Amino acid sequence: MSDLVAARLQMGMSLAFHIVFAVIGIAMPVLMVVAEQRWQRTREPVYLDLARRWARGTAILFAVGAVSGTVLSFELGLLWPGFMRFAGPIIGMPFSLEGFAFFTEAIFLGIYLYGWERVSERAHRCAGIMVALSGALSGIFVVIANAWMNTPTGFDIVDGQAVNVRPLAAMANPATIPQVVHMTLAAYAATGFGVAGIHAALILRGRSAGFHRHALAIALLVGAPTAILLPLSGHYLTTHVARHQPAKFAAMEALFETQARAPMTLGGWPDVEARRTRFGIEVPSLLSWLAHNDPNAVVRGLDSIPRADWPNVPVIHWSFQLMVGLGTYLAVVGVWAVWLLRKKAPLEQRRRFLRAVAIGTPMGFLAIEAGWIVTELGRQPWVIYGVMRTADAVTPVPGQLFRTGVFTLIYVFLAAVVTVLLSRQIIRSPMHTGEHRSPLG
Amino acid sequence: MSAVVIAGILVIALNAYVLLGGADFGGGVWDLLARGPRKGAQREFVAHAIGPVWEANHVWLILVLVLLFTCFPAAFTRLAVTLNLPLTGVLLGIVLRGSAFAFRGYGGDRDVVQRRWGRVFAIASLVTPILLGVTVGAIASGQLGEGGSGKGEGYFASYVATWLTPFTVCVGLFTLACFAFLAAVYLTLEVPAGPLREDFRARALAAGLVVILLAGLSLLLAQSGAPRMEAGLTLSRWAVSFHVATGAAAVTALTALWTRRFALARIAAAAQVSLIVWGWAWSQYPYVVPPDLTIAASASPRATLRLVLGALVVGAAVLFPSLFYLFRVFKSSDAVRNASS
Repeated sequence: MSDLVAARLQMGMSLAFHIVFAVIGIAMPVLMVVAEQRWQRTREPVYLDLARRWARGTAILFAVGAVSGTVLSFELGLLWPGFMRFAGPIIGMPFSLEGFAFFTEAIFLGIYLYGWERVSERAHRCAGIMVALSGALSGIFVVIANAWMNTPTGFDIVDGQAVNVRPLAAMANPATIPQVVHMTLAAYAATGFGVAGIHAALILRGRSAGFHRHALAIALLVGAPTAILLPLSGHYLTTHVARHQPAKFAAMEALFETQARAPMTLGGWPDVEARRTRFGIEVPSLLSWLAHNDPNAVVRGLDSIPRADWPNVPVIHWSFQLMVGLGTYLAVVGVWAVWLLRKKAPLEQRRRFLRAVAIGTPMGFLAIEAGWIVTELGRQPWVIYGVMRTADAVTPVPGQLFRTGVFTLIYVFLAAVVTVLLSRQIIRSPMHTGEHRSPLG
Repeated sequence: MSAVVIAGILVIALNAYVLLGGADFGGGVWDLLARGPRKGAQREFVAHAIGPVWEANHVWLILVLVLLFTCFPAAFTRLAVTLNLPLTGVLLGIVLRGSAFAFRGYGGDRDVVQRRWGRVFAIASLVTPILLGVTVGAIASGQLGEGGSGKGEGYFASYVATWLTPFTVCVGLFTLACFAFLAAVYLTLEVPAGPLREDFRARALAAGLVVILLAGLSLLLAQSGAPRMEAGLTLSRWAVSFHVATGAAAVTALTALWTRRFALARIAAAAQVSLIVWGWAWSQYPYVVPPDLTIAASASPRATLRLVLGALVVGAAVLFPSLFYLFRVFKSSDAVRNASS
């Protein structure tokens, strides 16, 4: 394995690991704050219990998210010095802002987690709101930096050097808005459904319905509306990719030939050698209509891209289809949930609904991973689209494979530990309605 | 001009990381070295002191990194390539230490679990500061030229020989001693008066002496290991006043510890360590990474620097009140008294 492949593997793994914790760090505070607000309004101890349990879970996940995020900020330089040297002045700005947002998040999370008895109720709730806000902001800043890699703006190139650097224009690159909207919604939907699914499964297993019913309702309140919006933001992002990143779009849709009235291919095996997609179900003209709002529009296929600049078509096509499939499932369950919540139906008795929610537990996270595979692998062989190739950004230091191995082991180990600890925190919940630990315990 | 200001802010952030994050590392050292009849209580108070603040303290390092790659990308990439190995070590240490601390805090009360994570936390707290110090020593030694040491070909000459010298190792140990010293001094104010406080007082005094010893040894080794810095620290006009100030702070800290004036000891110890950070930074001015990358040579375009400065001003306006609040809630004497009762 070459050092380039090892470095890509390590970066991909670090991102795939971190994104789960980052997403939870963005959305979990919202759930905690809602539970705490309900406790302060109703004085029903179940809400305080919930807020505290969720806070303990968040503490573990946030710590792992913080350290894995630190790993990434080091790895940018340790693995991709060529990229950082070029991109630092242009796109370092959102990273700096992210630093501050993350700082604020860490400060107020400290107050939230350790300050239950130290600050007033109102100050405590405000600390929770600050955590939620700064968490969302730090995610947004990081996505802005990524958007720039896909549609780089804010500089000119003279003799291979970036000149006339305009960091604000770089932040306002075309992909920023569509990516930020889609990713932020996805964070809430994945976490909301992840939490809802766990509590739904516990109700199905006969655990105390009172505790888990409240947890389920709050989690769905965050997860369902965002899941319903995701297909819209996804469509917006996809039309944007069609216009600005034709190679990625053609790979997502496994479209080899540039054509008018392009069909949408569901499933299928993209045969890169033969330059066609086998065994797929084709819906005529749908792709032209979705990408350009016109069933007769011409859609660029991979034949318009030099062969050497193609990304990995099968992986991207399948990841994209997986993401869309999972997202659609969550959106449908989301509509169902909103309908039940509006009817004020007793959720804990709708077993079919509970099963549907429980099955959805990992789906949001899987969809996020698949979506990022599309975003990142779809940009290859470029690290900065059209500007710098990944191969030119990689570190000259040999021996990357060894480092990749070490980090793989650590990530596997951390993931295992987190799973065990969380199952202790959340799944070992009160067995019967009415059995709670003392409100301040 | 803005480049010099940002370089100064970088040193401020690094100084904050040393005083706050460094003490958290030092706490881990005292966890590892917990001894005697009050072993459990010592560990408990270390965890208690670090718990609410370590994540915020840790972000100072991220701020240093982000500022470095945004404003001095050439320096950042040079360090990332030449110090690839020790920085990877720092990274592993940070990952293991942070997660072990959280796992211990939330992993249930069983003794086995507690001890296992406590051990990981403590060992990572020991190794990471040494490696951080080694990287600082390597920068100060002025050996990090383009393409490694320039002493020869091959992996060892390019990526190891630059940072593995008697001088850098000594700076690594010195860093560890400073962190442990800070932690012990701070802890004297966090524990209730009585035998526990005496425990940390004794540790602070011992660590303070080790700091002085290792400072002398580092300076001695610097003659061959980091001649530029050594020249800056011994020959320049301000050198004498710098040494006098640092020495005075060190003596004040130890005397205050001896006479049990712990609040004064905390101020003096923080001043002593800060002076060391600034002495290092000052001695290699105007270089970010000697021998060739000066502030001017490695700085980003002016548009970037100005924006970052603006962001720093706005960020500081949010950050400092928040930090003040955090420390008032958990570290004011009232808060500490409540916790100890």
